[in-house]
Amino acid sequence: MSAPGVDPTLETAESLARSVRERSRTASEVVRAFLDRADRTAERLGTYLHRDRDWILAAAAAVDARIARGDDPGPLAGVPVAIKDNICVHGVPTTCGSRILEGYRPPYDAHVIERLRAAGAVPFGKTNCDEFAMGSSTENSAYAITRNPWDLERVPGGSSGGSAATVAAREAPLALGSDTGGSVRQPAAFCGVMGLKPTYGAVSRYGLVAFASSLDQIGPIATTARDTALLFNAIAGADARDMTSRPEARPVPLDDLEKGVRGLRIGVPRALLAEGLDPEIRAVFDQVAAFLQKEGASSRDVALPHAKHAIATYYLIAPAEASSNLARYDGVRYGSRVPGRDLRSMYENTRGQGFGREVTRRILLGTYALSAGYYDAYYLRAQKVRTLIRRDFIEALNGTDALLLPVTPTPPFAIGEKTDDPLAMYLNDIYSIPASLAGVPALSFPAGFTKAGLPIGLQLVGKPFDEGTLLRIARAWESASDAARRVPPIAMEAAA
Amino acid sequence: MSAISPAAVSEARARYEPVIGLEVHAQLKTRSKIFCGCSTKFGAAPNTQVCPVCLGLPGVLPVLNARAVEDAVMVGIAVGATIATRSVFARKNYFYPDLPKGYQISQYDRPLCEGGSIDIRSGEAWKRIGLVRIHLEEDAGKSLHPEGKEGVDTTRVDLNRAGVPLIEIVSQPDIRSGEEATDYMARLRQLLIYLDVCDGNMEEGSLRCDANVSVRPVGSPTFGTKTEIKNLNSFRYVDRAIAFEIERQIALIESGGRVVQETLLWNVERGVAEAMRSKEEAHDYRYFPEPDLLPLDLEPAWIDSVGSRLPELPHALRERLVRAHGIPEYDAEVLTETRALASYYEEVVKRSEQPKLTSNWIMTEVNAVRNKMGLSIEEFPIHADRLGALVRMIGDGTISGKIGKQVFEHMVKDPAPPDEIVKRHGLLPIDDDASLLALAREVIAANPGPAGEFRAGKEKTFGFLVGQAMKRSGGRAHPEKIQAALKAALAEGA
Repeated sequence: MSAPGVDPTLETAESLARSVRERSRTASEVVRAFLDRADRTAERLGTYLHRDRDWILAAAAAVDARIARGDDPGPLAGVPVAIKDNICVHGVPTTCGSRILEGYRPPYDAHVIERLRAAGAVPFGKTNCDEFAMGSSTENSAYAITRNPWDLERVPGGSSGGSAATVAAREAPLALGSDTGGSVRQPAAFCGVMGLKPTYGAVSRYGLVAFASSLDQIGPIATTARDTALLFNAIAGADARDMTSRPEARPVPLDDLEKGVRGLRIGVPRALLAEGLDPEIRAVFDQVAAFLQKEGASSRDVALPHAKHAIATYYLIAPAEASSNLARYDGVRYGSRVPGRDLRSMYENTRGQGFGREVTRRILLGTYALSAGYYDAYYLRAQKVRTLIRRDFIEALNGTDALLLPVTPTPPFAIGEKTDDPLAMYLNDIYSIPASLAGVPALSFPAGFTKAGLPIGLQLVGKPFDEGTLLRIARAWESASDAARRVPPIAMEAAA
Repeated sequence: MSAISPAAVSEARARYEPVIGLEVHAQLKTRSKIFCGCSTKFGAAPNTQVCPVCLGLPGVLPVLNARAVEDAVMVGIAVGATIATRSVFARKNYFYPDLPKGYQISQYDRPLCEGGSIDIRSGEAWKRIGLVRIHLEEDAGKSLHPEGKEGVDTTRVDLNRAGVPLIEIVSQPDIRSGEEATDYMARLRQLLIYLDVCDGNMEEGSLRCDANVSVRPVGSPTFGTKTEIKNLNSFRYVDRAIAFEIERQIALIESGGRVVQETLLWNVERGVAEAMRSKEEAHDYRYFPEPDLLPLDLEPAWIDSVGSRLPELPHALRERLVRAHGIPEYDAEVLTETRALASYYEEVVKRSEQPKLTSNWIMTEVNAVRNKMGLSIEEFPIHADRLGALVRMIGDGTISGKIGKQVFEHMVKDPAPPDEIVKRHGLLPIDDDASLLALAREVIAANPGPAGEFRAGKEKTFGFLVGQAMKRSGGRAHPEKIQAALKAALAEGA
């Protein structure tokens, strides 16, 4: 597969890096192939907000220079990594899909970008996302709608829809997304790729534009478990610039992924599967559960009694933090400014015109939840429920190694289908939000397809800092199933 | 506004009791800001001491400066506060151009220190002012409204100060007058300087004060409605603004009005406190725990180790000076204004072995020169050992106090030891009989009239002759011996 001259865009990141490290290809060749590849489909898919060919090739040339000097180019040598547009890259436009940051170029690299460069990876374009990561369909971007590579009339999920779609369409072998309530896992499921939300604190948030600080985590998106682990290993670890990052975060040895599932205890929260779950997803769920048992894992029922309050809890805590985090976009120092007759009207005009509807809605929600007289009833209550949800998970994981859940209640929905019904949109995150509130790691992996050919993802939730076990289980399924090997038609056409 | 005459106000004044609480913001002396590595140095060109973190750029996170925590804990221990083993940072949300993130990171319901007190002077007596809390927070930037060619519409923002560490020290409403408030400020400032955590420079804003003021009829158990006077940045303003506000509230109530809860700003030019904004439209700050910072957990052993590094505090030093040197408490208080002054005193005494005389010299001569030249004791040109030598010479009668002052004036400009200055400038006392007799003869020769009158029995002229002798000798003649010499010389010519 890694012979020179063969189109690299259908290869794994692991294989690409190997070929660059072994000098059978240059980083520039690899990166150029993906740039050409992305040029053929990115416009139709709406995956990128910014992709500067010269800048990206210069970064690839720097990796080649490292190799020429005889230095170790790193485990991701020459591998392009698409970057969600809410992660700061020095000098590269970073808008978070918002008008209010139009033209903004950060003067610094996020921690994960530094780590990627150190690993020899090449930061690729900036991918589209829901404005400030608020949404589940990537329809809330101020600049573009991203389409699902499996069905261009359907959403790719969100908010990291651009990152998931670009990996699914093989425009980039790897991508970084961010997950606050499911924003890596849900688009990964909708696009048929793998997406990991690491344990809260496993990856530094320095340089990730904050949505809800106590929930935000940067996570890897890839086509295989091994690639997901490679990218996770490159970015995980404590960072002195993020006081919520943790020293317990540890890389996942790739060899561990091949150990199979024999002896692992899989928890199944039956009560959560009862209502509103699409029958095709349910069928795939049962199929995967049966496979794991056949392979020697045991299954046991677990209860997550407070998970039913997760959405209500999340939609108090996340908007509350967001209302404060987004206060800095005031037109004073950077981003767009809409003048006014006085300071107050400048604020109102700038923020009124700079933020989209969903962001405005959440700022209002959060401001209300924190207001004097409401704080105890809303924010404080929500924090208490969050503690109960976290306790549920710790207890459920006490006698198990991982929990198996759906990622979404339905397969990808049509573009425009839920844009007028925010509550229906919020309910789409019912399976992803609880793990976010608990701060535990959660992995969305390609599990199967609907009869109509739409991807179905399932979710594994694990103990804090035990990302490895989740990837190991997903790896076992990946080896046995063709779900992860299928490539969307648009990618096959473009590669051909 | 009031229909009450000033005389009636001062009569009414006696029937009211002012109730004052102070919120003091002190800038900590850390080299870097509280949440980033930027310098805190005062006076740099605008926006040159900034980075992505203190500019509040998208994606940045705060990292707590451990030194700021240590300094704040030290202050807490020094005032006898309880140090929280867990305190929580909180966001105070409001919009203002000099607040880069749209919120200030402060502490709210779980501050670093609670309780404690500061003793102040109230008239002749000591009075204990309770403290509510001390918490850590970041400063905001500075809005500049340049006049002239910039136009009045332009506001400029300097963020050098944004993120500078502050402690806010909140007193109980135990203060009863502008003088007490001023003394509280002075003692708090002195304490912070002793602890070496704040430079106490009020002009540069290192120490700022907000005063909550209300009045109530004497004997009333409940508080009146309070107003808050913001940003009092000198002792004089603290005193005058509070006095002004007390008078205003009394006059208002006496004329049948009601005090409205509002925020006032002291107008320096006009000498009045003016309404800034009324509480009706005041901000709801929407405090909530800062999710970017974990709760601040401190080990009791670490808190103890900070306490063990506490230097000698003003009151302890004061008591020690009284005990060790037998000087009056008043002297000890003046000498402990700063720790450096007290050390200087003790160094001087070591040489002079004259505790009280030394104290007098420092309180009068030394402080006069320092005030005139605007020098701290550290900058004062006379080395303690030299001053000690001088005071010793005065104390043992080697030179008179009057000569001592002349020597002292030379010493301000001349680093030579005092005995050398005495010699170089011919200031040694004349006390040998031969020299004194010669001097007496000179005086008599120069003043034949008064000498003759004395000899004729007019004894009153003797005093004049003594004065002439002292003058002629430049004060160096031994005051008793010259009298004997004069009498002897007068007898010669009789």
